[in-house]
Amino acid sequence: MSIKARATGALLAAILSTTAFHGAFAADDTIKVGILHSLSGTMAISETTLKDAMLMLIEEQNKKGGLLGKKLEAVVVDPASDWPLFAEKARELVSVDKVSAVFGCWTSVSRKSVLPVFEELNSILFYPVQYEGEESQRNVFYTGAAPNQQAIPAVDYLAENEGVERWVLAGTDYVYPRTTNKILEAYLISKGVKPEDIMINYTPFGHSDWQTIVSDIKKFGSAGKKTAVVSTINGDANVPFYKELGNQGVKAEDIPVVAFSVGEEELAGLDTTPLVGHLAAWNYFQSVDNPANAEFIKTWKAFTKNDKRVTNDPMEAHYIGFNMWLKAVEKAGTTDTDAVLDAMIGVSVPNLSGGYSTMMPNHHITKPVLIGEIQADGQFETVWETPGLVVGDEWSDYLPDSKDLIADWRKPLECGNFNVATGKCGGKGS
Amino acid sequence: MHARLIHRFLQCLLVAFCLVVTLFATDLRAADDLRAMINALGGGSFQENQKQVEALAKTGDPRVVPALKALSEGDLYQRKADGIVLIVKPAGSNLKLIDALTGDAAGEGEKAALEKIKVNNGLRRVIRAALGSLTLMSPDASVRLQAASTILRTPSADALEGLDAALAAETDGAVKAVLEKARAASVLVSDRPVDEKKAAIATVVQTGGRDSLSLLSGALSSADESLRPDIETGIQQIEDQLALWAAGQNIWYGLSLGSVLLLAAIGLAITFGVMGIINMAHGEMVMLGAYTTFVVQQVIRDSYPGLFDWSLAIALPLAFLVTGAVGLVMERGIIRFLYGRPLETLLATWGVSLILQQAVRSIFGPTNQEVGNPSWMSGAFDLGGLTITWNRMWIIVFSLAVFAFLLFLLKKTPMGLQMRAVTQNRRMASSMGIRTPWVDALTFALGSGIAGVAGVALSQIDNVSPNLGQGYIIDSFMVVVFGGVGNLWGTLVGAFTLGILNKFLEPYAGAVLGKILVLVLIILFIQKRPRGLFALKGRAVEA
Repeated sequence: MSIKARATGALLAAILSTTAFHGAFAADDTIKVGILHSLSGTMAISETTLKDAMLMLIEEQNKKGGLLGKKLEAVVVDPASDWPLFAEKARELVSVDKVSAVFGCWTSVSRKSVLPVFEELNSILFYPVQYEGEESQRNVFYTGAAPNQQAIPAVDYLAENEGVERWVLAGTDYVYPRTTNKILEAYLISKGVKPEDIMINYTPFGHSDWQTIVSDIKKFGSAGKKTAVVSTINGDANVPFYKELGNQGVKAEDIPVVAFSVGEEELAGLDTTPLVGHLAAWNYFQSVDNPANAEFIKTWKAFTKNDKRVTNDPMEAHYIGFNMWLKAVEKAGTTDTDAVLDAMIGVSVPNLSGGYSTMMPNHHITKPVLIGEIQADGQFETVWETPGLVVGDEWSDYLPDSKDLIADWRKPLECGNFNVATGKCGGKGS
Repeated sequence: MHARLIHRFLQCLLVAFCLVVTLFATDLRAADDLRAMINALGGGSFQENQKQVEALAKTGDPRVVPALKALSEGDLYQRKADGIVLIVKPAGSNLKLIDALTGDAAGEGEKAALEKIKVNNGLRRVIRAALGSLTLMSPDASVRLQAASTILRTPSADALEGLDAALAAETDGAVKAVLEKARAASVLVSDRPVDEKKAAIATVVQTGGRDSLSLLSGALSSADESLRPDIETGIQQIEDQLALWAAGQNIWYGLSLGSVLLLAAIGLAITFGVMGIINMAHGEMVMLGAYTTFVVQQVIRDSYPGLFDWSLAIALPLAFLVTGAVGLVMERGIIRFLYGRPLETLLATWGVSLILQQAVRSIFGPTNQEVGNPSWMSGAFDLGGLTITWNRMWIIVFSLAVFAFLLFLLKKTPMGLQMRAVTQNRRMASSMGIRTPWVDALTFALGSGIAGVAGVALSQIDNVSPNLGQGYIIDSFMVVVFGGVGNLWGTLVGAFTLGILNKFLEPYAGAVLGKILVLVLIILFIQKRPRGLFALKGRAVEA
């Protein structure tokens, strides 16, 4: 490469980094935090918000004086919704930028692609999205919901409060819906639901023609038993799905739809009047009424300079994860990975739904589960919540090959897949 | 005698007076009772409120209707200061308070001083049933009809008494028919004697449709032995009917999917089909059209809310101009240097598509934008056993209109003649004095503009996000290649064939496998007929 080309390259890089990343300049007296979220490509729709949320949290923390007497510095990279690029960018963050922790990933496949990198380079990843479980890794903290913190309480709510006896499990065709539906199916059957009362349906990513499926749901729902749809349909395909539901007149009073991937952000692109009463299960809603949340929403709107921006559950997960990391680093007195990993377990910080979340030995956190109904203004109204906090269960008790497994990263066990039946570390997923 | 008469008269008067006073008092007390019952809705749990709504319905007093309606719409609030329950409507930054019973204005209030009474689906269901029985006697026939249909959908034994009374008083034929159906449905779920139920089953079977099927299947499990055969044959009868309609419904869905494919592909039929440019940025033109609609609606919402139903009509020409202009710039700036180099064109247009996507993402943000449906594109209507949604119907009509317009433009106008001449034999056209570079540019702009117009329609059924176009690009190429390159009719037939094929495979194979099967079938078809359904013949093909 000629000198000229190199200079242009450097110049370009400098321009890019100053414009995109608010002039984050490298300095020795800062602690670097990596942000690994797609800013382009299909997942940008969801992940860009999380990047902004992280930048806001870091800015707020710096206003409070930073961490260990140093300022925090955000390093933002764009893995462009390209799964192998996630691994490459993660490696770049850890070995080139020397970040102390990384906050990132959305899809399960992107998480799986970076796992070996974090293991090999011994760094820390905070993963903020609800996922299918069946995993616990030493270097990863899962601040989103495991299936028992979202899917199972939602099904319980429908069965108990709405008297639902027939179930449509509809999802996009990839690992999260498939695993979640497998768990739900096993769970429902264990509760005495007959297999013919369960209909499972998968659609491709970005599916936009829902006519047949919605009319199938209507057909399935006319068997004289109360029917509900449990939707693990991926964010983007939801808008046409809900539009079709509204147009075909499927009312929440007749066939309610409970969704696990539809939050305030997804509803922002939609007229929600025909959808009032359809449900979502999360651990946080923007409408939750308490001072901490009100403050968070105010800061967020001020930070984005947009009064219409909404907050959502994965943002809260980053809020919890970031505060846990701060606390653990303060406890350990250093950002050294091993010390922080030890200090993380047992750390307890306030969440935004009015309580405290604690990091458990299985690297999952405790959360309340909220069921909300969609309102005409695009917000959710909490209609039910778990009386206490629910501990994230990494290995589902309802799947035959994972029910004997537990994860405990405290010494001396230090194992992510300990089989209690055989007493050995190294079951599934090793 | 006389005195006695007077005495008697006075007695009567007294009795009458007492009667009036008591009547008046009961009315007053009833109003007080109702008010107390409505106030009790505040602060109750969902279960308590369900009971409370049922109690309100039992009073049979139509004065509670506005309060119940407000509750189900989430407009019922309790004033924190005195616990009084009021209907609340937004009025500017403040809230307008309305008395829940009389409907009189009760001043204004701040949001912080009021507590919303929450509703959930269970409560909404109870309210729906209550409103049904409360409005059965309304003087307005359309309200009665709605009430009767509500009971038909949510039959209950409690509604029977009201239904009988309403049937006796009903004069409107249409309402009466629905009332009878509702009564039959309610008898079926009640504990009335068997022969009454038998007659009811016959009526329900005659009503037909999914709701009746659901009702009968529900009744089957708890039915008397002697009724079972009746119910079973009834179910069979309705299912046969539905199966017939289901086939019709499938064809409709296929046509609807076909029209979406046609819209997505028709611009490409010009740029790729007629000009032979592998235009990977075609999807982004569709996306730009959709964003134009968004911007138009945004302006209308802010400045001229009355025009909202016209927003699509306004967006159409604008989308055509915007995307046409982008197409023109693309052709003049990039593509004209790459004619005859398909691989480079593919890469360059793909690059343009990425640039456009990211530009939109930077300007409008990565999240979905809300594009509203005008009122004439929302909802559905029933045609026999078919449910036809308005937006899908208009999209079919629109796609055919765009097709007809394009066909007319290509076949009947001088511009179309020049376009065809240039694509068939460029050198000959050039020697006849046609400015071929400008015809190329205009043709490309036309194709892009048509894609933008398609975007306006697709914004009604899909996400308006920077990724909108990516979802359509593969389908578009599929349709054009399958239909036959260079032939508009091929695109039309190709789109509808693929749409219907897809929809007939979907119920059996599922959406994922259905799509794969369609692709496999196309590959096989192309093996057999490499030039698609309607192949162009003659010298033009070799050129």
